[in-house]
Amino acid sequence: MMAYVVITYLYLAILLYLVLGGADFGAGIIEMFTAQNNISRTRKTLYHAIGPIWEANHMWLIIVIVILFVAFPLIYSQLSIYLHVPLVIMLMGIIARGTAFVFRHYDAVHDEMQQLYNRVFVWSSFVTPFFLGVIAGSTISGHINLKATTYLDTYIYSWLNWFSLAVGLFTVALCGFLASIYLIGEADNQNDRLRFIRKAKQMTIFSVTAGALVFVSAVIDGVPLVQWVFADRVGLAAVIAATASLVILWILIDTHHIMIPRLLAGFQVTMILLAISYAHFPNFVILAPNGTFSLLDDIAPESTVVALGWALLLGSIFILPALFYLYYSFKKKVPEPLQP
Amino acid sequence: MPVITNSMTTFVARFTIMNDLLAARSQMALSLGFHIIYACIGMVMPFFMAVSHYQWIKTNKDVYKNLTKAWSKGVAIFFATGAVSGTVLSFELGLLWPAFMKHAGPIFGMPFSLEGTAFFIEAIALGFFLYGWDKFNKWFHWFTGVVVGISGLASGILVVSANAWMNAPTGFDFVNGEYLNIDPIAAMFNDAWFSQSLHMSLAAFAATGFAVAGVHAIMILQKKNILFHSKAFKIAAIFGTVAAVLQPISGDFSAKDVARRQPAKLAAMEAHFHTQESAPLIVGGIPDMDKKEVNYAIKLPGMLSFLAHGDFNSEVKGLEEIPEEDQPPVAVVHYAFQIMVGCGIIMMLISMAFFVALLKKKWFYGTWLLKLFALALPLGFLAVEAGWTVTEVGRQPWIIQGVMRTVDAVTPMPGIAWSFYLFTLVYVMLSVAVIFLLHRQIQMVPVLYDKGPGVSQE
Repeated sequence: MMAYVVITYLYLAILLYLVLGGADFGAGIIEMFTAQNNISRTRKTLYHAIGPIWEANHMWLIIVIVILFVAFPLIYSQLSIYLHVPLVIMLMGIIARGTAFVFRHYDAVHDEMQQLYNRVFVWSSFVTPFFLGVIAGSTISGHINLKATTYLDTYIYSWLNWFSLAVGLFTVALCGFLASIYLIGEADNQNDRLRFIRKAKQMTIFSVTAGALVFVSAVIDGVPLVQWVFADRVGLAAVIAATASLVILWILIDTHHIMIPRLLAGFQVTMILLAISYAHFPNFVILAPNGTFSLLDDIAPESTVVALGWALLLGSIFILPALFYLYYSFKKKVPEPLQP
Repeated sequence: MPVITNSMTTFVARFTIMNDLLAARSQMALSLGFHIIYACIGMVMPFFMAVSHYQWIKTNKDVYKNLTKAWSKGVAIFFATGAVSGTVLSFELGLLWPAFMKHAGPIFGMPFSLEGTAFFIEAIALGFFLYGWDKFNKWFHWFTGVVVGISGLASGILVVSANAWMNAPTGFDFVNGEYLNIDPIAAMFNDAWFSQSLHMSLAAFAATGFAVAGVHAIMILQKKNILFHSKAFKIAAIFGTVAAVLQPISGDFSAKDVARRQPAKLAAMEAHFHTQESAPLIVGGIPDMDKKEVNYAIKLPGMLSFLAHGDFNSEVKGLEEIPEEDQPPVAVVHYAFQIMVGCGIIMMLISMAFFVALLKKKWFYGTWLLKLFALALPLGFLAVEAGWTVTEVGRQPWIIQGVMRTVDAVTPMPGIAWSFYLFTLVYVMLSVAVIFLLHRQIQMVPVLYDKGPGVSQE
């Protein structure tokens, strides 16, 4: 019973990291695609939006890792071996990004160092979600080979394949998409608002294209993604829901609504995660040539799972209200009516 | 007697050839050694800030508000660096020691999951504190700063408890190579959790207190923004000195605990080769692994027996009783222990001088005392690094004392030396960046936080 609590928290943490941390990464990605003359306004708006919450947003990744190594230690240790390389690259990205973001704001002197911080921030905002996506894709691409004998087969081809790379690109696109939708509501003048709306439309097209590439690469690499999504009732329902919400989002994006597009964007990402995970649940990792690591079978002993479950439940009682209050306190105050 | 011993040559040779196990151990040591500095500052400085913040709310003197804000800028920088290096560590546990995590994860996971909760609360409270200066009720805002400190301290105690489990493994039965009947609560409250947590908490306060006091002492000696830096110095110094005088008591408690549970570690700390009653305490000295003796040391008769067991006549186990394959590296552990205790004693003496000066109310005018603090700036952190070296290297060859050897826990992936070089480069760059930023912060005090040179802000 507690196993299901823990599994729910695992997926919840993954989702929340994707939506909240992802929007955070997206901020840097948007900076990458912003013209020079607009960039300082964009940065200002971004910092104002993210500043108080970035540290809390990235905590979800720690929660995912802790749940994995406490309750699913076999999965944690095996992925740490076979995906060592993309994990290290991702960590480099996390280090660069976290420090660049804070350093550029807290440096007491504002001079040419800012350019260095900006460049590091922007590039790491791309690299980190890319490799997070590569890692995620690699868990289900079926290239992790426990019986591999060569270095390349064991440590490189486990993740260096079309599908994983496409998932990486798709993750980057989704992060940019989430951030761009969020940013619209943070604009404090009409000019910025229109700019951000344009950016959001670009990011949406980027995401749809990248999503299509994921399907193409799945066919190339022999990953049964098409079956998982379209031949499964839940997967199909999720995809239809995601498409429908995308259409509604596209219509509403030009209007004055702020909250609804954000909710729709979050809903879409949830549906995407559902579509890609549901069909092969409880198998969390799919191995080459066949074989899996299962969340129900490869789980820690009951005493551990029960203790973890209670820790998560009790922790939530403290954390979730506090987190909501943090978001609520720092969201933009009463949105001013925007002049046409 | 040649000064360059066999063990020193082997040490250098091993480092340059760098096999995978040594690379993994080095990378872990580097990551932990880097992270602990930021963790200490993140754990302790919120308390300093809470004091100056409280003073501002009570007295309405601007100097306290400015100090709190100035400190919080520095803390934000250290916090971010601590957070990212901590994230790296949670992944490195698996990247470097997957066989260890496969078995240990479910056993010592409890403190880690609670630590995650504490971190989360800390991150949220930090958001409120750093960005909520004029947005909330003054006391609520102050309280969020206090929450940052308490949750930081709690997460430090929790993660040290997890490390304590590695030294005092409990909460499971090790049967035929399998880890059965796991009891996560028993594992969390293992035999070493209290002594280690107490010692580390005091160490964090002593190290941060002395380092921060040292920085402000240097500024006072340079006659810059004297009032501002004096208020800062006093707060940091009081925290640091109180911790520094309590620490030897905690150290004694820890030593007795280690003597009981990990006699090999104690023997290595002391370079105590031969079992004997009324064992002497060896201060300094260079251990000779071939002749099994210590040269150039000061030997205090009976003191080791007293330190280890509280009885001058008790028998202290020597390294000779421990099979060679179960012995930790003696030289490294011994030198590290001497460094740690040496720093601790100097800090304790400076603290006593500080208390005397406080009582006589002459502390502000005594440049000799400020100079002492300026010189003592790095001692606390030196002691922290040395102390961690003692406890981690002293536990070798075990990763779980008496249960799993480090060599059996390491990742099968070859070429870890490259990973070590990469992380070394990254941490060096980060250290340079942080020092650079801190230097600029301090330079900007007169411009940002304390305008008007030398003018009293009372």
